[in-house]
Amino acid sequence: MTGNPMLSRQPMTKPAGLSRRAILKAGAAGGGLLLGFRLPRMIAAEAADNAVFAPNAFIRIARDDKVTMIIPQVEMGQGTYTSMPMLIAEELEVDLAQVGLEDAPPDDRLYANPLLGLQATGGSTSVRAMWEPLRRAAAAARIMLIAAAARQWRVDPASCHAQNGEVIHVPTGRRAPYGVLVDIAAAFPVPTNVPLKSPNEFELIGKPVKRLDSPIKVWGEARFGIDAMVPGMLIATVAACPVPGGKLRGVDDSAAKKVAGVRQVVRLDDAVAVVADHMWAAKQGLAALDIDWDEGPNATLSTAEIVRQLDNASQHSGVVARKDGDAAEAIGHAATKIEAIYQMPYLAHATMEPMNCTVQMRPDGCDVWVGNQVVARAQAAAAEAAGLPPDKVRVHNHLLGGGFGRRLEVDYIAQAARIAKQVAAPVKVVWTREEDIQHDIVRPYYYDRLSAGLDEKGMPVAWTHRVTGSSVMARWLAAGFKDGLDPDAVDSAATDFPYAIPNMVVDYVRHEIPGIATGWWRGVGATHNVFMVESFIDELAAAAKRDPIEYRRGLLGKLPNSGAGIAAEAEVAWGGPNPQFARLARVLDLVTRKSGWGGKLPPGSGRGVSLQYAFGTYLSQVAQVAVSRDGVVRVERVVCAVDCGIPVNPDTIKAQISGGIVFGLTAALFSEITFENGRVQQSNFNDYRVLRIDEAPVVDVYLIKSMQPPGGIGEPGTAGAAPALTNAIFAATGKRIRKLPVKDQLRTL
Amino acid sequence: MPSLRVNGQTYELSVPDDMPLLWVLRDVVELTGTKFGCGIAQCGACTVHVDGRALRSCVLPVADLAGREITTIEAVGKTPNGQKVQQAWIDIDVVQCGYCQSGQIMSAAALLAANPKPSDAEIDAAMSGNICRCGTYPRIRAAIRQAGTFA
Repeated sequence: MTGNPMLSRQPMTKPAGLSRRAILKAGAAGGGLLLGFRLPRMIAAEAADNAVFAPNAFIRIARDDKVTMIIPQVEMGQGTYTSMPMLIAEELEVDLAQVGLEDAPPDDRLYANPLLGLQATGGSTSVRAMWEPLRRAAAAARIMLIAAAARQWRVDPASCHAQNGEVIHVPTGRRAPYGVLVDIAAAFPVPTNVPLKSPNEFELIGKPVKRLDSPIKVWGEARFGIDAMVPGMLIATVAACPVPGGKLRGVDDSAAKKVAGVRQVVRLDDAVAVVADHMWAAKQGLAALDIDWDEGPNATLSTAEIVRQLDNASQHSGVVARKDGDAAEAIGHAATKIEAIYQMPYLAHATMEPMNCTVQMRPDGCDVWVGNQVVARAQAAAAEAAGLPPDKVRVHNHLLGGGFGRRLEVDYIAQAARIAKQVAAPVKVVWTREEDIQHDIVRPYYYDRLSAGLDEKGMPVAWTHRVTGSSVMARWLAAGFKDGLDPDAVDSAATDFPYAIPNMVVDYVRHEIPGIATGWWRGVGATHNVFMVESFIDELAAAAKRDPIEYRRGLLGKLPNSGAGIAAEAEVAWGGPNPQFARLARVLDLVTRKSGWGGKLPPGSGRGVSLQYAFGTYLSQVAQVAVSRDGVVRVERVVCAVDCGIPVNPDTIKAQISGGIVFGLTAALFSEITFENGRVQQSNFNDYRVLRIDEAPVVDVYLIKSMQPPGGIGEPGTAGAAPALTNAIFAATGKRIRKLPVKDQLRTL
Repeated sequence: MPSLRVNGQTYELSVPDDMPLLWVLRDVVELTGTKFGCGIAQCGACTVHVDGRALRSCVLPVADLAGREITTIEAVGKTPNGQKVQQAWIDIDVVQCGYCQSGQIMSAAALLAANPKPSDAEIDAAMSGNICRCGTYPRIRAAIRQAGTFA
């Protein structure tokens, strides 16, 4: 603990506050494996002393039998600190409690996420990306340990097997714990052809396992980025120009400097920070500044103007993302034509832990304490701001108090490094909630046009969908933006579209609004397009006067009105016989049964369904709502059926789906970021509402047993929540919600 | 110079009288289990017990707390209700990111101290000041119900 001049303690005994050593002990009592992610540097040093067996980038085994997993995925609530070591423990044949965790260092070469191409945690990819590499890494280590034991005992490796962290010679019952084998094993070549267990041999995967990070989070001992403590550290809070793209012209800090505890006022080109002994002084100091902003070119930005621009842009055709058959021709001959415009607002992430970053700048390098989803980018951003080569920047990543895509950005890290460059002490920069909401990198505003042609029976023969919005991919991962097409913007609309419609065209109009940087938000492309597709399909079902579930089922697995040529083409696109359609049908059937679909409800109540294939997971949910006479929506219950392939940790999967649904409902009901005079109009949880427990539905999640490879689970629940809700509102009231959020749109009923 | 009783310890502080308890706990006493979420008593992440009542520390001036007994997440496990609630939270695996959970647990422990067997409506009413962005509400309800049934 640092000596703190603001504090004298009586009596002079140890405070209840935990010293670093005490935290260590408490952690060990609750499961020693938790140490690794609380104090990565300490464990790293220990592992380096002791680890002699390092067969790959992920596994270290020491002479004392301790297994350390070098984990590239960060923990932001989605359960990676449990599911990732489960994959290792399964093939390494060790108890899960034997695996300690150490955060992977920034290294895009060793630790890139195979599905994303860089060291990133996001897109519901962790289990999907690491499912095979981690099990193969563990299996290779196990084979080498068995070979080491067999050599020592001069027996055939085939007569040995591994179990519970030991190699056993079956005929004689001789045993050797891994620790005594590591020196010999390290000399063996790493096997390249490594067989894996078949799913029916799994002993750990598929069993509900308690989260390893639960106890420290329950005891208040978990360290998030905002809890970083560095000796001599000061606290800063910051105000960036309220208009994006604006600059600091000048600031009168005379009143701020009189606030007790304020040490320094730091000027950046686009922001001012007040550095103080504690956050209260920093906040008081910030409020006392008289700041003169040069608001720059975006000072007249308004939501009304943005929507007008998007509407204009959406009237011209875009880059074609998918074309099956001839949609224009088929709509021309259709019995009925239906058109609609759907809109989704800008969204902030509002992670419970506001943006923060602690930086200690030294002449020869710097240290960064932060919670972030892209550690190598965090390092690069701090290095660039500090004017240092990246290898001089040490990043100490922490638990994330929510990510949801916000911490796939490094803006707050670069800013903290720029501030720290001007401060002679380590400085923790903490954004206020107002700063966090007003300077988010928001989810794009989408303005989509959909149309369909129906045959005499009301079934779609043609479907068009034009997506209009800014491109996240072009800004965040330029290599993923090809030929004018953002694949994320059309995901679940062009790709992963769940229905068989013979004539289809999906096109994409990129329209950027100067000054507004847009980013990933939980559910990414699917959260956008599952709302669009599932709302519009519901409109078609209503036009056809068909039950929404029955109608959807009719679009699975067969191609209505298909000519021979079209059928063949579609079969190729869907990969021949369609397991996807069968799995979609299964989740739809299960949710129908479990939700009491079709059962009678009181007036003003209704059920709505959504169906999706996203992140490699099949999911259908039914929301049940009651809408009061004055237009207040109450979501009473959500029932969800999920086929995510082999479930690694079923209990966490249910929690993620359930939480993801609540997250999606919050956005659908309340959330929007709007601009006026270039400024974000929302500021805190009073005007950027989050669903509260007394407004939260009962959520029931049912998993379908599957032997397919795992799908993602962090985001699918969020994606389908909005359309299930708005389709239920339609069932209850006859009002179709085509623009989110719902807010008070029903007040006029 | 305000003095403060936190988790059974007395602290003599040299901080401004109007400094909210939250920042005293986090930045001066260095008890970081109590979290900053909004600064305006809208989210509940900063909930502590003051003489057993759940209050939002982000809006409690430290000078008003002289002679009051403050309990934070770091010590609530030493109270019978805190212990029951923490155990139920672990049994049911409530947490996801975990950032709001200190505040949730403090609110739940105060609820059970006042009302050992709350109904679902009473749970919702008592917990509605605590936001969870991960959406753990269904498990929070289940954990409080379970904690309420412990002997």
